[in-house]
Amino acid sequence: MQKKISSTPFRGTAEQEAQLQSIIAANKHDKSRLMAVMQEAQGIYGYLPLEVQNMIAEGMEVPLEKVFGVATFYAQFSLTQKGEVHIAVCLGTACYVKGSGTIYDELQSQLGIAGDECTDDGRFSLAASRCIGACGLAPVLTVNDEVYGRLTKDDVAGILEKYGK
Amino acid sequence: MDMINCKVNGIAVSVPKGSTILEAARAAGVEIPTLCYMKEINAIGACRICVVEATGARGLVPACVYPVSEGMEIQTNTAKVQAARKTTLELILSTHDKKCLSCARSTNCELQKLCNDYGVTGDEFEGFKPEFAIDDSAPHLVRDNNKCILCRRCVAVCNQQFVGILGANDRGIDTNIGQAFKLNLNDTPCISCGQCTVVCPTGALTEKDDTDKVWAAIADPTKHVVMMTAPAVRAALGEEFGNPIGTGVEGKMVAALRRLGADKVFDIDFGADVTIVEEATELLDRVKNGGVLPMITSCSPGWVRFCEQYYPDEIDHLSSCKSPMQMTGAIIKTWYAEKEGIKPEDIVVVAVMPCTAKKYEIKREDQDAAGVPDVDVSITTRELARMIKRQGLNFNALPDEEFDNPLGQDTGAAVIFGTTGGVMEAALRTANDWLTGKDNTEIVYEAVRGNESIKEATLEIAGMTIKVAVASGGKAANEIMKKIASGEADWTFVEIMGCPGGCVTGGGQPIHPQYVRDTVDIHGLRAKVLYDQDEAAVLRKSHESPVVKALYEEYYKDTYGCHKAHHDLHTTYKAGKKF
Repeated sequence: MQKKISSTPFRGTAEQEAQLQSIIAANKHDKSRLMAVMQEAQGIYGYLPLEVQNMIAEGMEVPLEKVFGVATFYAQFSLTQKGEVHIAVCLGTACYVKGSGTIYDELQSQLGIAGDECTDDGRFSLAASRCIGACGLAPVLTVNDEVYGRLTKDDVAGILEKYGK
Repeated sequence: MDMINCKVNGIAVSVPKGSTILEAARAAGVEIPTLCYMKEINAIGACRICVVEATGARGLVPACVYPVSEGMEIQTNTAKVQAARKTTLELILSTHDKKCLSCARSTNCELQKLCNDYGVTGDEFEGFKPEFAIDDSAPHLVRDNNKCILCRRCVAVCNQQFVGILGANDRGIDTNIGQAFKLNLNDTPCISCGQCTVVCPTGALTEKDDTDKVWAAIADPTKHVVMMTAPAVRAALGEEFGNPIGTGVEGKMVAALRRLGADKVFDIDFGADVTIVEEATELLDRVKNGGVLPMITSCSPGWVRFCEQYYPDEIDHLSSCKSPMQMTGAIIKTWYAEKEGIKPEDIVVVAVMPCTAKKYEIKREDQDAAGVPDVDVSITTRELARMIKRQGLNFNALPDEEFDNPLGQDTGAAVIFGTTGGVMEAALRTANDWLTGKDNTEIVYEAVRGNESIKEATLEIAGMTIKVAVASGGKAANEIMKKIASGEADWTFVEIMGCPGGCVTGGGQPIHPQYVRDTVDIHGLRAKVLYDQDEAAVLRKSHESPVVKALYEEYYKDTYGCHKAHHDLHTTYKAGKKF
């Protein structure tokens, strides 16, 4: 799978930029620190949109494409914004055979976004996850740090409602 | 120097310590196939085509990166090696779009040749095949990743150019070469140099083919089609027809253009001569009146775009002169059109260039002296060869013919524009005569010749000390610009070309396999064609050109850099940005 690229507008703040710039300043003497800077940047913004990668590229004096190549190579980097409410549906083997695929599809259709995307208002984001070790509760999903188990497709609307959908 | 003794296929060779197996093999006269390797630019051992057997090594090793050791015996073509190469080719072909019949690189494709050599059909593996959209957003080139073999030669050369917009994205089967955030090529700070099209081993990167526009113009009886060629084209076109590198084919090129149906065949060398008198006038004006120095040449649209995008604060250093191609187009649609009584809009000016960036340049703003674009279509040397083949001309049997008048006469100064240092030398010849008020006979400036990426010279002309620099390629341009931006540069005049070596090795020139590029001085051989032509020329200074004199007498009130000349022959620049 090629990595999804965020289509939601960039909402970075001046504080976040100042924080990133100070990290760049501390690392720019050594180009091999690029990944470390990217990790810190993701810590600040939650993801690495074009605006952030461009700040890193300019600051570290490397081409933007180099930053993007690293960001798309490693699974740890995300190019899509996480919402205030981040929903991860387990697509591990146990959950999948118990029907988590259908739940994932239902979430996509109710939220109007695909996996690895965020709603335009920045409220909800959706992703598929590997096994989270809660196979006894299969199928499961997590909403931020909350775990919901033994779900059916019909539970989806109720869960979303709880988070203001 | 410490030397290592080894044997390649039984042939004993002695090579400097640290040499790779590939270098040792080349020293022994043995060629090992490569796909990703580029001498001094890309040695990454990625494609595994160059694997060989070597004593002391575990398994097969990639010759391009594996160092030789004392007493090593290397076998480059055993059954085991052949089987490994064959499997590698089969795997590459399993995701390759095998539309060879219509591919621009068919018969000149390094992958196709290897598959032919190794009897690989492409039917061996079937499985997931990623599909990529074709990026034809830019005016100068087309990327078809379905033909990409991920060798990363384009990535290496783009980094070498200090542009660095190309790289490998995603991973595994999804790995793809492209631009950050999957932006269209046209939305990136690509400088259009086309060096990636020259190094691509397959048809994944090609110039955007504009030959259909030329065929259409030729077929239209209401159009007056003028075809004109840059100096570097005559030094390389012959290679497309089996002639050795370094064969000058000016006469046959002109004959071919006429047989394709051009109403007039003109020489952009004429525009080069005009460029020199305009540029030298501008330079002397800047020196006398405290203008921005150093002044930098603006003939190379790849370089101009580099400056606008990467050094937007320094664009005042660029000479306001249009490039020779645009000047020739402008003069065709003004002076020539008036003389011949043809409406500028009925003239189709087709430029044949060693360059892909010219396709971008013709679409720039402020390039329309007669209110219509100065140049309508720009095709590369390669596209012209394609047209000649389609026309069915036996190129090598064509007679040598002469350019048409009036815009077909040139000087030796103009023809050397095609190589790095040529514009500088041509400018110095004229500046020297003008400043000393003499007809100087010492006109060869060795210091600015050759293929070093940066050349500097200090000259004493009429009591003035003039410091000049000549650079070619993005990397050298970047070094020069860093000095200019920081204020430490003390040059008066700088020539910069976007492509390493200048136009003779431009992005639109005939393509040779990498082993030829690694082992033959392509730049030197092509440049020699131009220097030889200069040496044989009767007139070797731009300001002596009778056509240039006639142009200024008849059209520009006998004044270089006059208001009208400024309107027709000069342009403006815009500060750009990267992303």
